[in-house]
Order: sequence, then C-alpha cells, then structure tokens
Amino acid sequence: MKFMLMMHAPRGTGDYQINQWKPEEFRAHIQFMKDLNKELREAGELVGAEGLAPPAQARIVRTQGDGALEVTDGPFAESKEFLAGYWIVDVENADRAYAIAGKASTAPGPGGKPMGLKLEVRQVMSAPPDSL
Amino acid sequence: MRPTATGEHLLRELAPQVLGAVVRRYGDFGAAEDAVQEALTAAAIEWPSSGVPENPRAWLIQVAARKLTDFFRSESARRRRETKIVLETPPEENVVPPPDEAHVEQDDTLVLLFMCCHPALTRPSAIALTLRAVGGLTTGEIASAFLVPEATMAQRISRAKQSIKSSGVGFVMPPPADRNASLGAVLHVLYLVFNEGYAASSGEALQRVDLSSEAIRLARAAHELLPDDGEVSGLLALMLLTDARRAARTGPSGEIIPLDEQDRSLWNKEAIAEGVQLVTEAMTRGTVGSYLLQAAIAAVHDEAARAEDTDWPQIVALYSVLMRLGDNPMVALNHAVAVAMARGPAEGLALLAKLDRDPRIKDHYRLDAVRAHLLERSGEITAAVRHYEAAAEKTASLPERNYLRMKIARLRAS
Repeated sequence: MKFMLMMHAPRGTGDYQINQWKPEEFRAHIQFMKDLNKELREAGELVGAEGLAPPAQARIVRTQGDGALEVTDGPFAESKEFLAGYWIVDVENADRAYAIAGKASTAPGPGGKPMGLKLEVRQVMSAPPDSL
Repeated sequence: MRPTATGEHLLRELAPQVLGAVVRRYGDFGAAEDAVQEALTAAAIEWPSSGVPENPRAWLIQVAARKLTDFFRSESARRRRETKIVLETPPEENVVPPPDEAHVEQDDTLVLLFMCCHPALTRPSAIALTLRAVGGLTTGEIASAFLVPEATMAQRISRAKQSIKSSGVGFVMPPPADRNASLGAVLHVLYLVFNEGYAASSGEALQRVDLSSEAIRLARAAHELLPDDGEVSGLLALMLLTDARRAARTGPSGEIIPLDEQDRSLWNKEAIAEGVQLVTEAMTRGTVGSYLLQAAIAAVHDEAARAEDTDWPQIVALYSVLMRLGDNPMVALNHAVAVAMARGPAEGLALLAKLDRDPRIKDHYRLDAVRAHLLERSGEITAAVRHYEAAAEKTASLPERNYLRMKIARLRAS
C-alpha cells in the first residue's frame, strides 16, 4: 500500500524560522532527514521524497473562465501551516506508514529538541480490491 | 514444469530449478539467487544469437556456479579467508546433477516457495522475493509492476534475503507440523500477487508485467507439485475463474462493469472449464477450505449463462459454509448480498445491521456500497445515494470510486 506523508510546518513568525537556527542545529536536522530517507530506502519502502522551497516563492495558478492564466502569490492567505515536504512510501499496512510519519515528526529543531511537526498521512488511490 | 516453451518462458520456468540446484550445492541462498539472476540475464542476451543450448538447465547452472565462484573468490580475497570447497572443485563437476534428479528439481521449487513466503518476511518483501526467485522476473520488471523505483525494489529484495538469513530459515521443507501454516503463507502471497494484477489491469499502464498471469503460473506450478491439496487446487481455480472475466469486467476507459452487467460472451470459456473441473475434483476429495469455497462460488457465477440464471440459493449455501470456517466480516458481507439476491433486499439489509457493530468493517466502504445497492433495489433511492456517497468518500480504489460516483450521477438523473 502506498501512502503520501505530508509534513506541515507552522507559518506565523517567519517561514519555519529556520534561518535563526544555529549551524549545528541545522546540520542535525538535515542529518536526521538524510538518515530517515536512507533507512526507508534500505527497507525497500521509499518511492519518493522531496523537500519543497519555502512558501514565500510559491505561486497560486489557475485558469479563469475566460481562459486567462492567473498567477498570484501564495500560498492561500488563510492557511496556518504550509507543506514543507513529502514522502511517498510503499509499505505493508497503514500502521507502518503512521510509524514512519511519527518518526519524521521527531526531526530535531532548535536545541536538538524534537519539533513535533504535524504530518498528514493519505493513502494513494488505486489499491487492489479487498481480499476476503 | 516442461521445458517446451521457448525464450523468456523457458528461462522463467527454469529459474527455480536452477536456483534450487545452486543453493543445494553452495548453501548461500542470497548469493546464489543473485548468481542465478545474472545467469538468466546472460542467457537472455546470448541465446537469441547463439541458439538455445542443448541442455539449457545445465548451461544456466554452470554459468550461475561460475558467477558464484567469482563472487566467493572476491569475497574470500577481500576477507582473506579461504572458501576451500568452492575453489577446489570446478563448478561443472560441482553442480551438474545426474539426469534422473527430476523429482529433486520439483521439490526445490516447493522449498523455494516456502522459503520466499516465510512468515518472517513482510508480505511486500515475500511477494518481491517470490516473483524474482521463483518467478524468474527481473528486479526492474517487479519494480515497474508495483510502480516503485528499481532501487527501492532491489533493496526490498535484499532486505528479504537478510531476513531469511537472520531468521535461520534453511533450504529444507518445513517440518510436517508447520506444513499447513507454511503452505497457507505461500497461497496468501500468490493470492496477493493475483489481486495486485487484478487492480492494475483495470487501469492504465499496459506495459506492466501481467501479475495475474504470473500468479496463475506460480499457482499452477504449486498445483503440479501438490495435486491432492484442495486449497492449492482451490486457489488456482479461484484465479482462473476470476481472471476468465477479465475482458468483460472493465469498459473502454477502465470503468468497472459489475458482474450482472457484463457481456458474458467475452468470458474465457477454457479458463472457466479448467476452473470448474479443478473445483469439482477437489470437492470430492474431502476437506474443503476457504480458497476452494471461494472458487466454488466463482464457479456458480461463471456457469450462469445470464445474470438472472445465477443459482443464488447455492451461493448462499456456500457462503454459509465459508462463514463456519472462520469469523470474517467480509465473508459475512458477501453472504448478506447473496441472501438479498436469493430472498429479497429486506433480508439482506437485516443482516447488515450486525456488521454495523463490528469494528473491523463498520467504517469500510464496502459496507456502505452494499447497503446502498440493497437500498436501491428496495426503491429507497435517497438513502441509496447517501450510502453510495459515503462509500465513494472511503474507498482507496480509483476505479471503484469512479464506479460509485457514476452510480450516484445515474440515480440523481433518474
């Protein structure tokens, strides 16, 4: 079963406030993500993973009824959180996907403390039909 | 396991026999499996120009043995450790078995199946390893069948081999006491492979390896090795009887066509005849298990010339037996559908009430879908639409969701 694990980071005062971190804090965070991806790759579970550029550079695109392309600054103003990155994993069951998300949530932040970021876990469509 | 097929089919039929011979001789399953894959690749490259060797099996064993010897040599050089037995005997003398070892080859395939489907592995790992070691598929083919990167699939296979090694599963038949559980694990893996193919073939990606046919091929091999086992016959029959409807069960855009609306002239009559015969023979042999019962139900459907000819009382009876074999809410749900078809939707709906209290199924989309269907049949269209909507919200299957939404749209329009 495939799942998408979407890591959300709070907006508010500064994007992620990551540019105020100390170098070693930043390094530990990056290392954590690298280790997690390595672990998933070696388990044969990783389908894909990407970190996304900060939302300041995001654009909202849509085509209006008259066919005109509209590109505006994003993300949606009302959202309190933004998508920081995602994993797609192919795992035995939903519990395993939750366990991976739970681990990703413990990525270290300032002072090396787990950040407790929120991950949204969604099953990828087109699962085989249910067996008896 | 007759080497009459040519090319790719021949290679894939020989794969487990060659692997069995090499593992039997050298013991190192993980390395032997890699070596056999390399030998298969070499054959796929060389045979089309040089022609198929007189004894293709011996050719593959020799090449695999040579690859393995090279591997052990470099390993031993690296570790500065001697692997005497391997190095002192030329591979040809070492592994080419006498010609009368046919029974050993057959047993080897079975031993391999038990090993690759061992409960110590996760099911995705067992599936991947079975397709490679027993099915003779390449890592790339397996990866594309499951739509994951090849590197991920390679890791999954290598992790599976590590699990086998660390759990101490040897290349031997499981002890008689574990035999049923081990066979159950094998059949479950083959069933999952079939199901995966069933889902894939209803959608896009036509270039993917046909996993349903692969599952049927492996189930057929298991049946040849264990012709008297009712559950093996049952699983093979279930696959044949389900796959027989392949051409009829989806429309031009991959949309689901339910059983009662299928063009039955598109059903594969040969597959149905084979499945029905397997069921009939196995039923007379005694113990009846869950695969055999599911196959019997599929046979009743497949034998009806028109949907309205379906012998629903017979299907109700078969589901009742299936329910006695184990407490499975999905079976109870299917039983309720059959009861509704045999005795009217009200009786079916009454049976669903019990399932509403079962935590294993109460939030499952199929409970909503079935309730919607039975409400529709009772003429309660508003309530039916509500439950079709709930089902469409919950299913993780794209074709299923499209089907449910189409249902809603049609009911709203009428």
